[in-house]
Order: sequence, then structure tokens, then C-alpha cells
Amino acid sequence: MSLATRIIPCLDVENGRVVKGVNFKNLIDAGDPVELAKLYVEHGADEITFLDISASRDNKETLLEVVRKTADVVFVPLTVGGGIKSVEDVEQLLRAGADKVSVNTSAIANPELINKITQRFGSQILVISIDARRSKEKYASSGFEVTTHGGTKSCGLDALVWTKEAVQRGAGEVLLNSMDKDGTKAGFDLELISLIREHIFVPLIASGGAGKVGDFLPAIQAGANAVLAASIFHFQEVTIQEVKKDLASHKVEVRFPA
Amino acid sequence: MSKKIVVLDYGSGNIRSAQKSLQKIGAITEITNDYQTCLNADGLVVPGVGAFASCMTGINKVRGGEIIDKRLAGARNVLGICVGMQVLFENGLEHGENTSGLGQWPGEVTEIKSTVLPHMGWNNVEVAPGSTIFEGVEKEKFYFVHSFAAKNLTLEGTDKIDAPIKHFTLYGEKFLSCIENGPLSATQFHPEKSGEAGLQLLKNWLASV
Repeated sequence: MSLATRIIPCLDVENGRVVKGVNFKNLIDAGDPVELAKLYVEHGADEITFLDISASRDNKETLLEVVRKTADVVFVPLTVGGGIKSVEDVEQLLRAGADKVSVNTSAIANPELINKITQRFGSQILVISIDARRSKEKYASSGFEVTTHGGTKSCGLDALVWTKEAVQRGAGEVLLNSMDKDGTKAGFDLELISLIREHIFVPLIASGGAGKVGDFLPAIQAGANAVLAASIFHFQEVTIQEVKKDLASHKVEVRFPA
Repeated sequence: MSKKIVVLDYGSGNIRSAQKSLQKIGAITEITNDYQTCLNADGLVVPGVGAFASCMTGINKVRGGEIIDKRLAGARNVLGICVGMQVLFENGLEHGENTSGLGQWPGEVTEIKSTVLPHMGWNNVEVAPGSTIFEGVEKEKFYFVHSFAAKNLTLEGTDKIDAPIKHFTLYGEKFLSCIENGPLSATQFHPEKSGEAGLQLLKNWLASV
């Protein structure tokens, strides 16, 4: 009877539609983020994350509408990330019904944004999302660097140094994406998770590399408080329920809603 | 007849979810800080996220303390959620700054002693005997997001008045996760974010209003 390890499905949303390989049977509209979020909650998702990958920001209202509709029917926490550049962006999302926002590139370009957002709304609403990969560059003293553009561009920052700074500035949670493991289905990046865990005292969400049920336990043992995955759940290769059952069988506290 | 629940609007975070969850369980809801509307409603929900001090500033601006006083004087129900629970205590100590609360309950709100903060996610509640609002969801987990909490509440009952029912949760240390005290109830967790269990808890509260 204690705090449960959270299992969080992530949906990539573009112009109000779910993209990138969602394959659910019996769904009226598999591209509808609201429908999918509902379904995941029924499957036992502890939170829902939307990542807006729309290229254009002109269509902000579309995303807000998706958030509103989701918040109207889904009564678990909702995190929204992608393209957040200002305190106003955050305010709009929170008013639409998001509980947390995640920022990535814009915080790297403008670290002060973290302070501004958290001073206004509190640390608990801000997730700092970090795309890290192994690096032999001099500046990457921890052995990991921060990347942008889906891991293709380096931004000359050490991953541990940046994570510490973001938390120092007020981020209440860290979403750690391993660019080395992302898409490989070879398991989470345990080395990266342990490294960050050792130095960070806010909740840590591990992401990148989930390929089978057994991949989740080591990530939690390495120090993750929550795990986030996308395609593995979308294609129903693994269900949230199966992951939770496996974790429970290894004495990891999880939530099974009645 | 449906009951009217007002969610006190004082500029705090995501209150849309509080409203929608109450609608879902059949309440008529309104988000407002209109003094009379807040007084007249069957139930008042006081939400709250972020810092104790900034929530108090917002509550004071809309005369929230006065509204709650008057409602309780008339035995009209009030439900505080998260920081909306914390501000019901005498004071809050955050980052060395001491802020006066509404003082409905004695005691103070302090940081939780735990390695990883905020306390974020789904946790259990040790449900004390006599609870109304946990009926049917005693074993469920509820969603928490906070770093501060009241650790205890010392308020004795008398022959005629019941002592508050105190429910605790363990995260590094024990803290008060819910209080039922006549017309005044409060949860440190977010029932509006706690799935079906949270909706049932709100339904139980609504039935008592």
C-alpha cells in the first residue's frame, strides 16, 4: 500500500489527429485522440500524455479543442507537450483542462521560461522533457548530451547538467527520453536512468526503448517513478494491464482500478 | 432534483476538470466567485494548485474566507481540494515563508519529508472508521500532486459534536490526506483526477450535501 509506479501512454497528435501507427481494433475512430485517451484509461493508464507534433502553430485552437474534449471525459491527469513557448501557451492549455505541460526545445533556447511558468502555476505542472544520447564530446561530461529535433541535432549541453539546471529552475518532473534506445524496442536505457536518478529528486519518467513486458521492471529498478511508451501500446503488442501484472508479480506497487 | 455546486474561481490552475467531474455525477455546476452565488449553492468546492501563498492571495481577493465562514455558520457544505485543503489550516510554511491560512482547522502545512518530491501519482488512503465519502472506494488509490501537507489535526469531539474524521496517507511520512468534519470536508488528493474512484468519492460527497 504505497505510491504506485505510473504507466503512461503517449499519443502523438498532429492537427488534432493521432498519428504514427495507432492500431486499435473496435475503435470507432482510431485517429481521434479523445477516443484513444478514453480507451487507455479503461485499460488502466495512470496518466495520458499528448505530444503535439504539428509543424505549424497557426492551428493552436485545434489542439486546445482536443484538450478540452479529452478533459471533459477523461478523469485522470493529462499532460500536453509540443511547441509551448510562453506562459500564455501554458495558461491556455491549463484552462482547456491540461494538468501538466511538458517543455523541451523552448526551455533549452530560453531556460528562464521554466522559472516563469513555475512561478506562476507551481512546479507540479511543469515536466521538463529531455532527449538525451551518449556522447564523447568534451562538454558531455556525464557521457550523455542533450539533443533536439528528434535526436538529430546536438545542442552542446551535458544531459545531467541540463537536467539539474531545469529542476533547479523549478521543473517538478523529468521526462527522460533516450535517443539511443528510442525505436529500438531493445529495452529502456538503464544507464541513463540510473545516472539521472542519482542526482535528481523530483519524479522521473523513463521513455524510449520499451519492446516487451519484461522491459519495464528494470527501468523501475534503475530508479524511474513512471514509464512512458507509445508504439508498444498503440499496436497492442503489450497492454498496460499486462505490464502492471508483471510489475505486481515482482512486488512493484501498481494501480489496478476496480 | 439536481444539486447546485459552485467551484470557487480565484485564478487557480485547471478547474475545468473539477467542474466536468461534478457534472458527470449529476450536479449542476458553475465556476464563479460571485459572492451570493457562492453562498447560495448547495455545495462549494475550493480547488487549489501551486503555492499556498499565491492561493491565499487569490482567495482573499474574492473574499473566499468570508464565503466559507458564512457557509459553515449555516452548515452548508464546503469541499477543499489539494491546496484548497491546505489553506483551511492556520498557516502554511513554504520555502521559509509563513503565510496565514483561513484557520478553519488548527495546525500548519509543512513540507513532506521524503526523498523524491513532489509526491506525484496514485496512492492509498488509510480510511478511518465512520467515513461517508470513502464508502465503496476504501481500497482504491487516488491521485496526489503536492510537496506540502498538514501532518495532523488536533480537534477533540464532545458529547454532542463529533471529532473530525482524519484519514492519513504514507509517503516518506504520514500526512493528512482527507478530513471529514461535519459540513467541511477536504482532500489532499485530486478526486477529479482519480478516475472512477474519484468520481465515486465526489458522488458520496454530493449525496451528503
